[in-house]
Amino acid sequence: MRFVDEYRDSHIAHAILADIRRTATRPWTIMEVCGGQTHTLIRQGIDQLLPAEVEMVHGPGCPVCVTPLSVIDRAVSLAKRPEVILCSFGDMLRVPGSSEDLFMARAAGGDVRVVYSPLDALEVARANPDRTVVFFAVGFETTAPANAMAVRQAKVQGLDNFTLLVAHVLVPPAMLAILSAPGNRVQAFLAPGHVCTVMGWTEYEPIAETFHVPIVVTGFEPLDLLEGIQMTVRQLELGRAEVENQYVRSVVREGNAAAMRVVAEVFEPCDRAWRGLGPIPGSGLRLTEAYRRHDAEERFPEVVVDVPESEVCIAGMVLQGRAKPHDCPAFGTDCTPEHPLGAPMVSTEGACAAYFLAGRRREAVTS
Amino acid sequence: MSDHAPPALLCPVPLPPGDAVLLGHGSGGKLTAELIRTLFVPAFGGAELARLGDAAVVEVEGVRVAFTTDGFVVTPRFFPGSDIGALAVNGTVNDLAMMGATPMFLSAGLILEEGLPMEDLGRVVASMAEACRAADVRLVTGDTKVVERGGADGLYVTTAGLGVVPTGVEVGPERARPGDAVLVSGPVGTHGVAVMSRRAGIEFDGELRSDTAPLTGLARALLAAGDVRAMRDATRGGVASVLNEIADASRVTITADESAFPVLDPVRAACEMLGLDPLYVANEGVCVAVVAGPDAEPVLAAARAHPCGSSASIVGAVEAGPASVRLRTGLGGTRPLVMLAGDQLPRIC
Repeated sequence: MRFVDEYRDSHIAHAILADIRRTATRPWTIMEVCGGQTHTLIRQGIDQLLPAEVEMVHGPGCPVCVTPLSVIDRAVSLAKRPEVILCSFGDMLRVPGSSEDLFMARAAGGDVRVVYSPLDALEVARANPDRTVVFFAVGFETTAPANAMAVRQAKVQGLDNFTLLVAHVLVPPAMLAILSAPGNRVQAFLAPGHVCTVMGWTEYEPIAETFHVPIVVTGFEPLDLLEGIQMTVRQLELGRAEVENQYVRSVVREGNAAAMRVVAEVFEPCDRAWRGLGPIPGSGLRLTEAYRRHDAEERFPEVVVDVPESEVCIAGMVLQGRAKPHDCPAFGTDCTPEHPLGAPMVSTEGACAAYFLAGRRREAVTS
Repeated sequence: MSDHAPPALLCPVPLPPGDAVLLGHGSGGKLTAELIRTLFVPAFGGAELARLGDAAVVEVEGVRVAFTTDGFVVTPRFFPGSDIGALAVNGTVNDLAMMGATPMFLSAGLILEEGLPMEDLGRVVASMAEACRAADVRLVTGDTKVVERGGADGLYVTTAGLGVVPTGVEVGPERARPGDAVLVSGPVGTHGVAVMSRRAGIEFDGELRSDTAPLTGLARALLAAGDVRAMRDATRGGVASVLNEIADASRVTITADESAFPVLDPVRAACEMLGLDPLYVANEGVCVAVVAGPDAEPVLAAARAHPCGSSASIVGAVEAGPASVRLRTGLGGTRPLVMLAGDQLPRIC
């Protein structure tokens, strides 16, 4: 199939692997930021084909994984209100809140609907003028433009019953937090190709310079990842620290101007807490004053009690690349995709679920 | 209503974990298996039920009778290539055919929601009748119930079916042996993606139609061509779940090649877009067959000569080892193909 098979060619993959093996002379730790990249790496077994010198650690770029418990709890509680229709992308439904997930809210009578686009949620609002639609706006810079567009259309068309529960997060502040944390091991990044398709890479240039880390904007197919790793290892070996672009078929330096314009009109940066990472200044988006009336949190100002994360779960360490999923005592035993303790076990993009579904187990168990 | 009190159970049936039934309990994946194992099998007992085949095979006066039932709740009720009526007939026919039986008689129960357009009901019934003719079965009894508006989503259909297993035919998911070959009869994931794309309002290049079809003829052709150990139609949970069920029932390892599974291009494209794996997507006219190694080629040839099996492929082999399914990836790695907990969920990005 065009645009897929050519990026999965086994011969080319093994040629790039051979080059990486020749190039890498010292141990390097590289973080792939995005969960989609983690998914491909683990699913295809790429991390196991890499030479021992190159260690991949898995970043916080899975939107499902970093959405805090309190936000999931708020979504569950909104979903149970009879006047609310809660619309969400499918993979948020199984994310456990402190006691329930959205599937349970639906089983308890809540009107929870899976949509494929925020514009579908807008249609639900139009068709149900006597009820309020809450669209669960989760994701990075990638999903922000479509969500911004939906809110703008709701305002233009006077659909007052369309609201967003905003949990948007931004990549560069999270990379800064990881690099600034004591004990950081990350020496280079594969930057998320689809975030950069929207935003370009100018924001990443000061990070590369200040922290002297190579950053390679990388796609999601096996050959994209291998080429991104190859470019990163070359920079590391030469002592360079620049932003390079592997994902040339999708990304330009300045990003998508139209998408950035609508995001800037509808959203503004705010501080936001990340599951596993804690609060990070300037790392989230919220609706601007002009669109605040479409904010579900303003419309339904309920009190949600902050509940601590499971004490066993080491999601925070995993999301910072400081531990591997199978380092966790609960991995594969108390914590599985059927009964997840932490969010990285829920989404197939989460590092823990990716490891579990690929049959990776704790070393102690397999040896 | 009977005025007899229901017989008291001597000990309470243990409840599966969780306070309420979730959608995942009906997905054909792990939650369904858990419900069957922890609630249904202990409650009813019996070797026939515990075998968990597509249909039970019971002996009546020296004749082996295959017996099965299935419920159909698909939304939307009309989708590209078929509808809930044909699905309800073919699903039950295929459950019988997969046990090597010749399907003969069906029953149908219709649960209708008040307000359902009579035209829709007419279309569904006509489609059921046509499917019965195509599958050479007779619908001989039925039942109709109407529930108040809001009590059902338009129309649900349940069917039950009876068939006779010819003398000498022995197939079942527990019969796979090391050295056997694993065959898939057609492109996987087509039905699920056709339904999903209609539900989501997504359109793809090239017309995508449900693959729903009676598999009786194909099953008969396979059985005639060689030693077929097990057959299953890969409905909910897709071929991945069926392979796991066979590996579990026979206590063997199945190794399959990811690139050997036939998948139509529009289905691949849709799955790439939605973040789904076609091996887990539902089919309604595709079966997995485990065949004795030496008979693999003649059975494959027989499948390809049948209209329902023209793109049949050998996708893997049965080996001795722990009950599991291993998949070789395109890049040369391997990973286990596990049962999913519930339905696959479309990803955020």
